[in-house]
This record gives sequence, C-alpha cells and structure tokens, in this order.
Amino acid sequence: MTTIRIPTPLRAYTNSQAEVPVAGATVGAALADLTGRHPALKPHLYNDSGELRAFVNVFLNDEDVRHLQGAATPVKDSDRLMIVPSIAGGRR
Amino acid sequence: MLTLPQFRVAAAATNVALADLVGHTPLIRLRQITAHLPESVEVYAKAEWYNPSGSVKDRPALNIIRTAAAEGRLTPDKTLLDSTSGNMGIAYATLARSLGYRVKLVIPANASPERLAILSALGVDFVKSSPLEGSDGALHAARELAAAHPDAYFYANQYDNPANWLAHYYSTGPEIIEQTDGRVTHFVAGLGTSGTLMGTGRALKAYNPLIQLAAVQPDAPFHGLEGLKHMATAVRPGIYDRRLADEQVTVATEAAHAMARRLAREEGLFTGVSAAAAAVAALRVAERLEAGVVVALFPDAGHKYASERFWNDVC
Repeated sequence: MTTIRIPTPLRAYTNSQAEVPVAGATVGAALADLTGRHPALKPHLYNDSGELRAFVNVFLNDEDVRHLQGAATPVKDSDRLMIVPSIAGGRR
Repeated sequence: MLTLPQFRVAAAATNVALADLVGHTPLIRLRQITAHLPESVEVYAKAEWYNPSGSVKDRPALNIIRTAAAEGRLTPDKTLLDSTSGNMGIAYATLARSLGYRVKLVIPANASPERLAILSALGVDFVKSSPLEGSDGALHAARELAAAHPDAYFYANQYDNPANWLAHYYSTGPEIIEQTDGRVTHFVAGLGTSGTLMGTGRALKAYNPLIQLAAVQPDAPFHGLEGLKHMATAVRPGIYDRRLADEQVTVATEAAHAMARRLAREEGLFTGVSAAAAAVAALRVAERLEAGVVVALFPDAGHKYASERFWNDVC
C-alpha cells in the first residue's frame, strides 16, 4: 500500500497517526481512500467544489503532484505521499 | 516636488545606520474596501513592510539583539540562534549582521522559496526542519540545538523573550497613538509569537483602557496564513496572555487570499497573507461601528508570496 504522511496539525483527524497506509492507483484515489478512512480530514483538504484547497500541497516522493499529472498521477505501493500546507508557496 | 539639489541634501541627511531606520512606519487609510462604511468609521493599515528588512519583525529582532547585547548574553563570539518561518530570520540576518553578530536559523522546509532565496542571498547559515511539523517543529529543533551547544549560541527564542513584545510597547504602540492624534479606538493584529498584540496592546491600553484589541487567528489548525498560529493547537508562546485581547477573530485562509487580491487591485497595496487576514478582521470590526478609528497591523508586503497560486484566482 502507498503511505501518506500527515502533517502535525491534521493528526487530530487521523487518530494521531503520522502515516496512513492507503489503497489506490493514482494520487486522487489514494487521497479519496484517506478521506474515506478519516472523513473529518475532508473539509481541511478540499474546498466546496471538491478541489484541493489552494494552500494544500501534495508531494509524491518530494515532487509536487501539481507539477506531475495532479490527481491522475500514478502511484505504486512503495511510494510515499506527503501533505504539506503551502505556508507561502511551498516547495517548488 | 524636490528639485535635484534639494534631493541631494535630503539624501545626505538620511545617511544613518540601518538600525535607525526600524519603525516609524506609515499609517495608510484604506478607502476603497471601506467604501460601504460611513465616513465616521476610519480604517488604517500600519504598513510594516517599510522597515529595512521588509517586515514588522525588524522591531522585535532589533530589541532582542540590543537587550541581549546590553545584558552580556549576546557577545561577538556567540552566534544568535532562533527558529523562524522566515521574516524574523530575514530581520536577524539584516540587523544582527550589520551590528557584527553571526546568525543561525532553523526554518521549516516548506517556507516560501522567496524566503529561502533571500536568506541564502544574505549568506545566513540555516537548517531546514520537517515540513510536516511547521513552525513548532522548527522551534523544537532550535531548542535542541541550543541545549546541545550552550557555549556556541545565544538562543534568542522569540516566542518566550520579553524583548519581543517590549519592542512594540515602546515603538509600535506610541507610533499609533501619535499617528492617529490619540483617536485610535480599535487595534487589530494577528497572533504568531503574539509579540505585536501583547506589546502594542499594552501600550494602547495604558494610554486609554477603552481601546479595544482584536486578535486574529487562523480558523483551523491546518491553514495557509504564514506567520500566524492557531493558539488552541500550537505550542503556546511564553509571552502570550490570552486575557489581553478583548476579542478573538478567526479568519479562513481563502478569505485572506481573497482580501489580498482586493487590497492589491482596489487599494494598490500588494500585501502579504497575514496582512490580508488582519484586513479581513479589521473590516469585520469596522462594520459593527457607527464611528471609530480602526488600526490593523500589516506585517509585510506581497513580494515573498508572489509564487503563490491564489493571486490568479478569479474572485
């Protein structure tokens, strides 16, 4: 399973888990599995239109998925995803 | 308009040390975003990007350096160490360096690329802490570094150092009283270390206890308001006293982003995200008033956020 690393302020919504194993063949599917397991995360990650909020960055092995194929970016079992608030821009 | 010889005279008169340029920032009246309010309600921005390193942090940085030097805790053989999300580090780098002190910083790896580029340009030694842990992670890392090498570092500790809020007590507060001819009725500021609100707020209350203080916080633990803390879930700064503010105002990241666009496009003010959050809160306060003078502190300008994607959103 792919692992998603959770930033400290969101661990209140993942039963304090710092890493959550998820299923899914794409970044979008992996995130959907995450919010399915922990529904309280959803309003923190997505806006009302169902898009990732502007300040939320998702990295696949240290690469911003917006610079890959976004939600359609394929993921493998050995991959690690990381959710990071873009406190001013995030990593590029 | 200045003619050329007069300009030369004026330029010569400003040949002063960098530290002398800290503070005395302008107070700018916001007229466009307040067009729906009566003329008797005035809203002002304290434009802190006019400080030499570009943010409000020059005030606490200078006072922390001067106080520690005067007390003998910061000496030329020690390196000033602190954690920062960026602006305080840039202020230390600018002021400590110009006063002859070395600087080491711990900064979260997700600080903006602009901030990291500025710190690199200033030649500062910094280590990056986990992007998952934000400014609290940087704080813990700096504490550990200070404890491991007590002889090498002066740990400035902006979150617990009273010289932080005292800088505002002796500068920001009196400036606002003077610039409003004592008419200020409300002061609005974001909470990060809380130094701005604690120091300015105490100075304003000492001048007139009826002046109301509004503290601005993110609406949730996970947010994009650079430099601001969600106090209920973050490491609480030692200098923070929750009882001082008369009111707590929470602001969503998206509301601050929308306000940053309005400030840029309607007021011609290219501000940072925390300044925009302060403007959102100031408008909420002002909209309840029939008359009043509301001052919001704008910590920095928008240049360090230029790479953010929210500037191009439609509304």
